[in-house]
Amino acid sequence: MTAAVPAPSPRPDTPDARLRTIRRTGFSIGLATGLYGISFGALATASGLDVWQAMVLSAVMFTGGSQFAFVGVVGGGGSALGAALASLLLGIRNTLYGLILAPSLPRGGARGAARAQLTIDESAALAATGTTEAERRAGFWSAGVWVYVFWNLFTLAGALAGQHIADPAAWGLDAAAAGAFIALLWPRLRSGDAVAIAVAAAFVALLTTPVLPAGLPVLAAALVAVVAGLLPSRRGATGHAAPEVDASDDEPATDEEERR
Amino acid sequence: MSLLWIAVIAASVLSFVQKWIGYQAPQDVLERPRIARITRLLPIALLGALVATQTAADGTEVVLDARLAGLGVAVVLLLVRAPFLVVVVGAAAAAAALRALGWA
Repeated sequence: MTAAVPAPSPRPDTPDARLRTIRRTGFSIGLATGLYGISFGALATASGLDVWQAMVLSAVMFTGGSQFAFVGVVGGGGSALGAALASLLLGIRNTLYGLILAPSLPRGGARGAARAQLTIDESAALAATGTTEAERRAGFWSAGVWVYVFWNLFTLAGALAGQHIADPAAWGLDAAAAGAFIALLWPRLRSGDAVAIAVAAAFVALLTTPVLPAGLPVLAAALVAVVAGLLPSRRGATGHAAPEVDASDDEPATDEEERR
Repeated sequence: MSLLWIAVIAASVLSFVQKWIGYQAPQDVLERPRIARITRLLPIALLGALVATQTAADGTEVVLDARLAGLGVAVVLLLVRAPFLVVVVGAAAAAAALRALGWA
């Protein structure tokens, strides 16, 4: 490992220590995100879903933005079809994450299904901070599994306790999510182009917030990356030519080469 | 089975399909230089957008509140190279403190 590889922690680490740091980060993300399940569970039952419907959404749909959209439409008096469409519109970004993650994760079989199910904002974001295959996988699985565990646990708690639970915002959990995303973005802001793309994307997201349903501004902002990627590269925004992708899928421990 | 149940199950299953289908793109397409560059830039754009919406979006409104202070604290902590968990807890504590004091 060289000093040129930033991590969530600044210590000069061995690969194993870096993997442990990533897994700890995944646990923290899982806990912080999972706590939001309380508000989802409470909102779902307040919107007229029963506890079982709330749990099916958290266990099977398992993508927070879509779930909030679903119960939001139902709670607002919208149709069941409208609720389903709103949630699917928001879920489109998970397809994008799959495209990004595909080279790093095992395919096929039960693990292929598990990786698909755990593909959400948080797991894709932590995976993206990894500089080796092993780090990307550790980030994806740790964030994905822990968010899944805590999200479902706290959905159940929120659905059962309903309105007796205080607002998570009082605990600053909404700011915790913003803090988590900026911490994940931070190590990637090492070139002027990367900063420009992040700022432009943030700008597009806020600009489209008043005119698009919640969640879609993130998708609109993804277009910034598409446009930037299609423009002729001046210095290479975040790296050089595309690295070769080795198809040896099930050997996470052997794949330690730098990818940048 | 009620209409609501059908919608819950159908939307949940289709949500899984959306996730699964992203992985099915052929690898040689993903390795084309332009596509590879876009997929490398996408996380930056998505994270930048998520930071912005988590900080300042409330439904379909842009709202500046205690979250912005939380983000500011997070940036300061990142500048002094604090570990991930400290950054997240610091952001939450700043926002919670401002709200408890009634300042935001």
